Amino acid sequence: MPPGFMDNLYVFVLAAFLGFEVIRRVSPLLHTPLMSLTNALDAIVVVAAIIICARAETTLSTVLGAIAVVAAFSNMIGGFLITDRMLRMFKSSGRKKS
Amino acid sequence: MNALVSQHLADLAYVTAIALFILALKWLSSPATARRGVLAGEIGAALAVVTTFFNPTLVELKWVLLAMLAGLIVGIPLGLVHMTAVPQRTAVSHAFGALAAAVIGISEYYVHVPHITPFGMTEIALEVIIGSLSFTGSLIAAGKLQEILPQRPITYRGQNYVSLGVLAAAVILALVLIVHPGMTVLFPAIVVISLIFGVLLVTPIGGADMPTVISLLNSYVGLSAALLGFVLNSKVLVVAGALDGSSGFILSVIMCKAMNRSFTNVLFGAFGQIQVSAKTEREQRPVRSAVAEEAAGILSAANTVVVIPGYGMAVAQAQHKVRELFDLLSQRGVDVKFAIHPVAGRMPGHMNVLLAEADVPYDKLIDMESANSEMAQTDVALIIGANDVTNPAAQTQQGSPIYGMPIIEAHRARTIMVIKRSLSPGFAGIDNDLYYSDRTLMLFGDAKAFVSDLVREISGGGGH
Repeated sequence: MPPGFMDNLYVFVLAAFLGFEVIRRVSPLLHTPLMSLTNALDAIVVVAAIIICARAETTLSTVLGAIAVVAAFSNMIGGFLITDRMLRMFKSSGRKKS
Repeated sequence: MNALVSQHLADLAYVTAIALFILALKWLSSPATARRGVLAGEIGAALAVVTTFFNPTLVELKWVLLAMLAGLIVGIPLGLVHMTAVPQRTAVSHAFGALAAAVIGISEYYVHVPHITPFGMTEIALEVIIGSLSFTGSLIAAGKLQEILPQRPITYRGQNYVSLGVLAAAVILALVLIVHPGMTVLFPAIVVISLIFGVLLVTPIGGADMPTVISLLNSYVGLSAALLGFVLNSKVLVVAGALDGSSGFILSVIMCKAMNRSFTNVLFGAFGQIQVSAKTEREQRPVRSAVAEEAAGILSAANTVVVIPGYGMAVAQAQHKVRELFDLLSQRGVDVKFAIHPVAGRMPGHMNVLLAEADVPYDKLIDMESANSEMAQTDVALIIGANDVTNPAAQTQQGSPIYGMPIIEAHRARTIMVIKRSLSPGFAGIDNDLYYSDRTLMLFGDAKAFVSDLVREISGGGGH
């Protein structure tokens, strides 16, 4: 078993339960923004992609890393952008009348 | 010593990013704080990305910067799509997330290939299989939602055996590779078979099951990112993947419950196929229909109106006209609310976003439970482009394929109005008894055109 595996397993289990409890409370009203926001957060994979690409170990790893950077970074930018656009549209009737 | 300090600083930054991500999701619980949540997420992501650039193992930044520029060029338009295109955009972003995870896993295999332990190989194989199948599966889902591919389920005899056989092949090859990580020929085969399995998995699934499928794919993408975290020993990825995965999982469960179906049934059921035979000779039953003038009169005389929107409203792009109707009726003192069924539309929360875009205040959007508790006191239930989610057969006819599915109980309102093109049955291919009730008025026509007529009648009619 590689070093760190057990640590990662602890982190994974705790994060999954925490995520479950936090996300359970998200109003059904916001389920679409929830999905686009979690997509944007998941795009943190870009961090790994940057490292793989910039380590320049092999040509293949540089190319695959670059593809991953494009895919993940566009998800990050696009995901945050559309989530904010959607949330801006949600107005309560109280605020609208004032 | 310097390297150690910078390593600790980087870890500190990553941990902060994780905390900000969790806050982001926590603040998303209410529309009042949700935008703050996005900001928290953005700060966390920016912090993590900037920190990564200080990683001492980075050698050549040229390609990274070019790729980020390309990501910017692709990402900005994807963030600016029209709200009606949000379901397919979401599917595309699932595909991108899966692609990134799969491709990094593939790279890790080839970088380390002769020196991979069976344990490491298990992680990589699992990660690459899930990432690859989610990639093609999401692309197929996006194609269906964009209507490049047919939305109806595409099925053939023995399909499930073929699909499962393909998956089994990938798993068997992976097992061989785990024992002999050096057999490099097997690796591309696993990738290709997983890509094919993704196509086979989503092709048979129909348009109305998309809310579940999108959520399930969301969960897979999160899982592949978390597995990648294990492969790379990166806790940021483990946490972000776990959060994304549990979010997708929760949404899948909600969607399945809202259709009274199991995961297996959605994935392997190909709903609606069996019912074709039941669609034979149906007696012509009388319906009451009404023109816009009558309907407008009833609506403006009502005290309470509940609008039940469905995918048909999105297809007809009727949401802005519906908001005009909402404004007019509200001005006349009619209490108008919108009852949203969890699976209305093509993804979780689809109807809410469309109506919010049309400026309907979110406190007027109510969920199924509250709608049903108020339904008996409702004067008019106005159904726009929804069908199966209002079908009382789900509660009364034990033999019906939708029996047990929670519905919005429109039939308990005093008057029911249904805007519909014709009497054709809905997705499940089942007749809706609601249409033949003596309290129901069928308003035949295109949703947008008919709502426009209603708006014209009410604003021109001078009220009551």
